[in-house]
Amino acid sequence: MLDKLKDFSSHFFVTGEPMIYGADVAILLTLAGIIFVLTYLKKWKWLWREWLTTVDHKKIGIMYMLSSLLMLFRGGVDALLMRMQLAFPQWHFLDSNHYNEIFTTHGTIMILFMAMPLMFAFFNIVVPLQIGARDVAYPFLNAVSFWLFFFGAMLFNLSFVIGGSPDAGWLSYPPLSGMQFSPGPGQDFYIWGIQISGIGSLASGINFIMTILKMRAPGMKLMHMPLFTWSVLASCIIIIFAFPVLTVTLALLFIDRFFDGHLFTMTGGGNPMMYINLIWMWGHPEVYIVVLPAFGIFSEIVATFSQKKIFGYKSMVFSMMIISVLSYFTWVHHFFTMGAGANVNVFFAITTMAIGIPTGVKVFNWLFTMFRGRIQMTQPMLWTIAFIPCFVVGGATGVMLSAAPADYQYHNSYFLVAHFHQVLIGGVVFGFFAGLYYWWPKMFGFKLNDRLGKWAFWTWNIGFYVCFMPQYALGFMGMTRRIYTYDFDMGWGPLNVISTVGAFFMGIGFIFQAWQILHGIKYGERDVTGDPWNGRTLEWSIPSPPPHYNFAVIPTVTGQDAWWTIKEERKKKKAKETAAFSPIHMPKNSGIPFIMSIFWFIAGFGLTFHWVWVAIFGLTGVGACLLARSFQYNSDYYIPVDEIQHTEDSVGRVG
Amino acid sequence: MAYATAHHEEHHHEHDEEIKVMGFWIFLVTDCILFGALFATYAVLVNHTAGGLTGKEFFEVPGFVSETFILLTSSFTSGLAVLSMHKGKIKPLIGWLIVTLLLGVCFVGLEIHEFQTMVHEGATISTSAFFTAFYTLVSTHGLHVSVGIIWMISITIQLKRYGITSVTKRKVTIISLYWHFLDAVWIFLYTVVYLMGVM
Ligand code: HEM
Ligand SMILES: [Cu+2]
Repeated sequence: MLDKLKDFSSHFFVTGEPMIYGADVAILLTLAGIIFVLTYLKKWKWLWREWLTTVDHKKIGIMYMLSSLLMLFRGGVDALLMRMQLAFPQWHFLDSNHYNEIFTTHGTIMILFMAMPLMFAFFNIVVPLQIGARDVAYPFLNAVSFWLFFFGAMLFNLSFVIGGSPDAGWLSYPPLSGMQFSPGPGQDFYIWGIQISGIGSLASGINFIMTILKMRAPGMKLMHMPLFTWSVLASCIIIIFAFPVLTVTLALLFIDRFFDGHLFTMTGGGNPMMYINLIWMWGHPEVYIVVLPAFGIFSEIVATFSQKKIFGYKSMVFSMMIISVLSYFTWVHHFFTMGAGANVNVFFAITTMAIGIPTGVKVFNWLFTMFRGRIQMTQPMLWTIAFIPCFVVGGATGVMLSAAPADYQYHNSYFLVAHFHQVLIGGVVFGFFAGLYYWWPKMFGFKLNDRLGKWAFWTWNIGFYVCFMPQYALGFMGMTRRIYTYDFDMGWGPLNVISTVGAFFMGIGFIFQAWQILHGIKYGERDVTGDPWNGRTLEWSIPSPPPHYNFAVIPTVTGQDAWWTIKEERKKKKAKETAAFSPIHMPKNSGIPFIMSIFWFIAGFGLTFHWVWVAIFGLTGVGACLLARSFQYNSDYYIPVDEIQHTEDSVGRVG
Repeated sequence: MAYATAHHEEHHHEHDEEIKVMGFWIFLVTDCILFGALFATYAVLVNHTAGGLTGKEFFEVPGFVSETFILLTSSFTSGLAVLSMHKGKIKPLIGWLIVTLLLGVCFVGLEIHEFQTMVHEGATISTSAFFTAFYTLVSTHGLHVSVGIIWMISITIQLKRYGITSVTKRKVTIISLYWHFLDAVWIFLYTVVYLMGVM
């Protein structure tokens, strides 16, 4: 009996790695700490009422943001471990298997559990405010989306200490990810962690399309919408076309693994290329899903801090729409070398290069907006300006990669690694940082310290170039991606050391940012105006942080830059008209999204270990939650007028 | 004032219900893509039988024709349910919904029976790539129908309890959209998998 238990636990828990024992201890201590603090401060009820059951889009956005920053930390530690291993030839810091696990979890976490949720954080925090809405189209579904993401990410992260991490790369190509070569639970953690959070992303896509199409303030035509909102619409359109493909792909992989199917196996007539086609039909659009909102953020910031209307509004909208369509027709560029034939390769090479055109249009529009503007070098603006050269280089190397014959040379080399980090970090991460600095005062009511911010900015940027520029050269010198060590005589050592130093600089940048947040909580400069940047769009027309109903009176919009127009008018008239309040219709909080997602987690855990009864239990719980919701009839309420009056008086903005 | 609030409320709810129905249409678009990907996989693997058995030896014409007939009929009866709802007649509404879901149960029963016979005769999900693709595609549809049945039962109970209101109306509209959609998917399955399979 005891032997059996021992045997089980040595398979169940990951053993034999000092780093993992360290993680075990750290996790247990953190959990104990959290439980103790919550109990000591008697905060359980508060946590449940204010956060776990909330359907308020702003709070959901903040939870997305916090989880995503946490994941950036985890993915960043992974990155540093890899860079340490690669710093010197014949180094034995990590073994090969561990290295495989780390690049797999790093890639997966950075894209699916860092970039995606940070993007959803902005969707949630900004979109309803920019279009003058009190909420998203489906507040309950929105909470479901968040908790599905959260528990999906937790399930994925659990693989580090229980069962073992996936190690077949962030897109898990079979046959490597099939049962034959990945028999452990790691690959199933991958499948279910992503599947569960992916369902949430799909739901968010639908939710924000409907929010943007149906919840805009009276008078706001589509062509009056702020560019960030437009970018969200474009991104969501890609989501609803791409994410169902991901759902199918992961399900098919699971069918092969669990039911011993032959879709992608070499025996039984399966075809692994089918998997690679399917996963990239999601995977390529995915990078545009995360980069378009970053473009939207830059557009807002450039206009605000150049104190000008954005240049070429219509061409901005148009190019985003073109990108969202084209992004669907480029996936084959990820496997030019796998024997598709010249004509197919040519087609996809051309579509890939074509995407550069609308992207170029956008870059020029930003530059023209800044041209002759009164530019203010605030923190958001710094990141925006740093983004432009970075993205131009990243775009140029992208065009190099998209030339099919040349790609036979660069394919799977460090050149590629440098390229995609340049667009992902320079485009997406810098964009989201810019957004964080820009909307931070709106979310929390205080600004982040400038001096610390500058330190963070410079360490990140210098670190970035020091880290990734040498990698282009390493690619040309023949270093391939996903290798864990190399020989002295390759001559790759010096450049790898430099690259690793750069990575640590970025790590320092992250620490400055964490410090900046803690510093801000204590000493941050309060924003009492609600409009610290002299903004142009509606989110700046309400107090910071906004009351939970957002707008006491829904504004009427007459054109682009709605808040700017209102401000101009007020200046002319000098008097502020006071509108009468009427009761506000709001959704009630609900515990169902949280509970349902726990059941999903249980189901996912059961499926990962192929424990059928646990999975059935979890799925039954999910069904029960859905039914319970279906029978819930009074899920909303009205805020009475005097309560609105009271709230407005207490948060009353100055000016 | 009381009147104004009540009126406002009604207007508000109708707007809400309308948004929910539209959102469901978008969900159906995503479901189309889901089935599209499965169909594509099936099309790629249809001849990958690993030198073994093909569908032709297993598909039984009376079986899948009656499945088709039953599902098409249920789509019709769900239409009748919606018609009764628009006339405000609760009894026939509930009646037709029950007929629809019973037909759905028959469909799922027949499908399970079909699978059982096939497995019994030696064509399992792990026989070859073709059969994996076949079972995956067809049972994804079957799973959708099964979920629809449970959903319809829940809506029928709600109709009994609350009658025809703007909320239950929206729910019936949505489930019937879903049901018609599954019917349309089946027509593709019938053609691409079964008819082309036995030809
Ligand atoms: C913050 C600094 C970062 C550093 C130092 C870094 C470093 C690395 C390294 C060393 C690899 C492994 C390359 C190989 O051995 O093939 C890698 C892979 C990868 N990284 Fe990063 N990374 C960083 C940030 C990011 C970000 C922000 C993203 C995405 C948003 C990202 C996405 C990926 C992906 C998708 C892979 C491929 C994983 C695979 O091969 O399966 N990384 N990164
Ligand atoms: Cu691509």
